[in-house]
Amino acid sequence: MRVLLVDDEEELVSTLAERLAMRGITASWVTGYRAALDIVEHEPFDIALLDVRLPEMNGLELKRLLEVKRPGMKFIFLTGHGSEEDFNACSAESGRDYYLIKPVQIEVLMAKLNEIFQQ
Amino acid sequence: MMFFKRYKPRFLDYNDQASGLYKSLFNFRLLWKQSIAITLAVALLPLLVLAVIDYNISKQAIESELLLRTARLVSNARRTLTSYLDERKFALNFLILDNTYDQLFDEQRLKQLLENLKSGLGEWSELGVIDHNGIQRNYAGPYQLKGANYSEQAWYKKLSYTDPDTYHDNIAMRSNISDVLLGFRNTPHLVISVLHSNPIGLDWLHYILRASLDIDRLSEILAQLEVSGDGDAFLINHQGTIQTPSRHYGGVLEKSPLTVPAFSERTQVIEESDHLGHKVIIGYAYITGTPFILMVVKQKQNLMKAWYDTGAKIFIFLIGSILVIVAVVFGISTYLVNSIYQADQKRVATLHQVEYANKMASIGRLSAGVAHEINNPLAIINEKAGLIKDLFTFRQEYAADSRLIGLVDSIINSVERCATITRQLLNFARNIQVSVQKVNLQQIVHDVLEFQAKEAGYRSITIVVDIPDEIPEFVSDRGKLQQIFINLVNNAFAAMQDGGKLEISSRINRDNQTLVITVSDNGCGIPQENIEKIFEPFFTTKSGSGGTGLGLSITYGLVKEIGGIIDIKSAVGTGTTFVIALPLEHYAKKGETDARLTG
Repeated sequence: MRVLLVDDEEELVSTLAERLAMRGITASWVTGYRAALDIVEHEPFDIALLDVRLPEMNGLELKRLLEVKRPGMKFIFLTGHGSEEDFNACSAESGRDYYLIKPVQIEVLMAKLNEIFQQ
Repeated sequence: MMFFKRYKPRFLDYNDQASGLYKSLFNFRLLWKQSIAITLAVALLPLLVLAVIDYNISKQAIESELLLRTARLVSNARRTLTSYLDERKFALNFLILDNTYDQLFDEQRLKQLLENLKSGLGEWSELGVIDHNGIQRNYAGPYQLKGANYSEQAWYKKLSYTDPDTYHDNIAMRSNISDVLLGFRNTPHLVISVLHSNPIGLDWLHYILRASLDIDRLSEILAQLEVSGDGDAFLINHQGTIQTPSRHYGGVLEKSPLTVPAFSERTQVIEESDHLGHKVIIGYAYITGTPFILMVVKQKQNLMKAWYDTGAKIFIFLIGSILVIVAVVFGISTYLVNSIYQADQKRVATLHQVEYANKMASIGRLSAGVAHEINNPLAIINEKAGLIKDLFTFRQEYAADSRLIGLVDSIINSVERCATITRQLLNFARNIQVSVQKVNLQQIVHDVLEFQAKEAGYRSITIVVDIPDEIPEFVSDRGKLQQIFINLVNNAFAAMQDGGKLEISSRINRDNQTLVITVSDNGCGIPQENIEKIFEPFFTTKSGSGGTGLGLSITYGLVKEIGGIIDIKSAVGTGTTFVIALPLEHYAKKGETDARLTG
C-alpha cells in the first residue's frame, strides 16, 4: 500500500510518514499542492491523505486534480477545522467515514487505510 | 378595584429603563392620555356647542310663539267683548232716539221696552230714565227706585256736562259703561247709560236712559275662550278689582293679586311672576270706552311642559351619546396604544433575539476557530508522542523502560482529552450554524449534558435521562433544539440547590404525531402569579443578578419556530416541569425535504 500525505504542517506529515513506515506502509509526504501534483506524475499511490485546508488550494480541489491524473486513487480527508461546510463537502466527495478530525489516533487511521485499501 | 387591576392595560405601568436601541419609541402613558384628550375634545366640543345653541334657539322660538299666540287670543277676545258691549250701547241709543220724551216717561211704555230688550238681547234686568236734575223719573224693574237721585254720581256728571262746542257729538261721548257692582239684587251686573243730547240747550230735553246688564253673558264669553296652559281669562277694572270670575285669582269684586298693567292702546303681552311666585304670561288689553281691562293669564310652566319634556329627552340622548363616545374613545385609544405597546415590545424582543442569535453565532465561530488552531499543534504533539512510542515499541531499545512508556502514554492520553474538548467545541459550533436536518434526540441531550457534566458533578446534581430507543430520528432544527435544551438545563441548574435532581424524559404521544419532552427539576419552583408571565420577554426575578429575562422567552420563541408548544407546571418548593410537544412531521409538512439530511 502506497500512501501520499499532503499537509502544510511538515512536522505533522513527516512524523506521520515515519510512523506509517514503521507499520509497513510506504508513505511519501509533501507540503503543498504543486509538490503533490508533481509527485503523482512520477509515482503511483493507492491512497492520498489530504488536509482540507491547504495553502493556495483546498483539499477538495486537489482531490479532483489528482483523480484526473490517477483515476482509481482513493482519498481520506483530514482536517483540524470540522466546520459544517467542510464536513458536507468532504462527505459528498469520499463518504462520511473518510473524513477525520485532527488529532487522529494512529490505530484509527490504520484501520481506515486498511478498510479503504480492501475495497 | 380588582376588576380594574385585572383589566388594566400593562402599558400604563410600563417603566422603560432600557436605553439606546432597546428603549421604547414612545411614552405610552402620555400617548394614551393625549389621544384620549384630543379625540374627546374633537368629538365632544362640537356636540356640546351644537346642543347648547340648539337648545337656546328652540327655546326662544317656542317662547316667542307662545307670546304671539297669547297676543292673538287677547286681541280676538277684545274684539268680541267690544262688539258685545257696543251692541248693548247701540240698542239703548236706538231706544232713546226712537222714543219720544213722553213715551219714555210713560211707565207702561218703559216696561214694554224692558221686555222687548230682554226678548232680543237677554240679560237686562232694569231700565230707568233720569231727568236733567239727576232724578230717576221713570223705572222698570224689580225694585222701587223711582225718584232716586243720581246727580252726585261720577257717571252722571260725566254724561251731563254741557259744553256747547264739543257737545256730545258721538255715541262714545254720550254713553257710559260702569264698573261691575252688586246693587240691591246682590248679583253682579253693570250699568249702561245713554244720554239724549240736545244741542239747542233746552234743559228738560237733556235726559238719560239707564239699564242694568247681568254679567253672565260676559263671563260666558270669557269662559269659552280656549286658554291653553291652565290659563285664565277675566276682566278687571282700572283699580284692579276683578269684574268677571277668574279661576285662579279670585271671584267677582275681589282685589286681583296681579298688578294692574300699564295703559296701552294695543294688545300687550308681558311675563311676570304671580302672587304665588309662578311664572306667568299675561296678555292684556284696555277695552276702549269701558273701565275694563281684559286679562289673559297663562302658566308658563304648563305651556313649556311639552318643551321641557322634549328638552329632557334631548338631554338624556346627549348624556347617552357622551357616555358612548367616551367609552368608545377610551376603548379605541386603549386598544391602539396597547397594540403599539405590544408591537414595540415585540420589536425590542426581536432586537434582543437577533442579538442573542448573533452572540451564539460569534461564540460558534470563535470556538470553531480556537478548536481548529489548537487541533493542528495538538495533532503534531500527538504524532510526535506517537512516534516516540512507536520507536520504543518497534525498536525494543527502550522497551524495558516502563517509566518512559508511561510518560508517553500520559502525553497521548492528555492529547486525546484535549481532542475530545475541541471536538465538542466544533460540534457545538457546527450545530449553531446548521439548519434543518435529521436529528437524534438522545444525541442532542447527550451533547448538551456533556457541557454541564462538570458542574453537575461539583454540585452533586443527579441527572436522569429517560429517552427510549424507540424515539425515531426526526427532521428538525438541531441548533435550535440544542439551544432549547441548553436554556432549560441552565434554568434548572439555577433553580436547584446542590444535590438536586434533574430529569429529562420523552415519549411519543398516543397519536404518533407528537414527541413530548419533559424537563423537570426539584428546585425552588415558580409562584403562581409569575407563571403567566414567565415566557414574556424581560420578565425576570433575577434582575439584580444580571438576568435579562430573555432566556425563557427565547426558548419559547425557539420552540414555536420549530413548530412546537411549551408549557410549564410549577409549585413553589417542589420544583418546575417544562413540557415541550414537538410535531414529528413539522418540517416534512412544510415541504423542507430538500434540507440537507446529513445527520
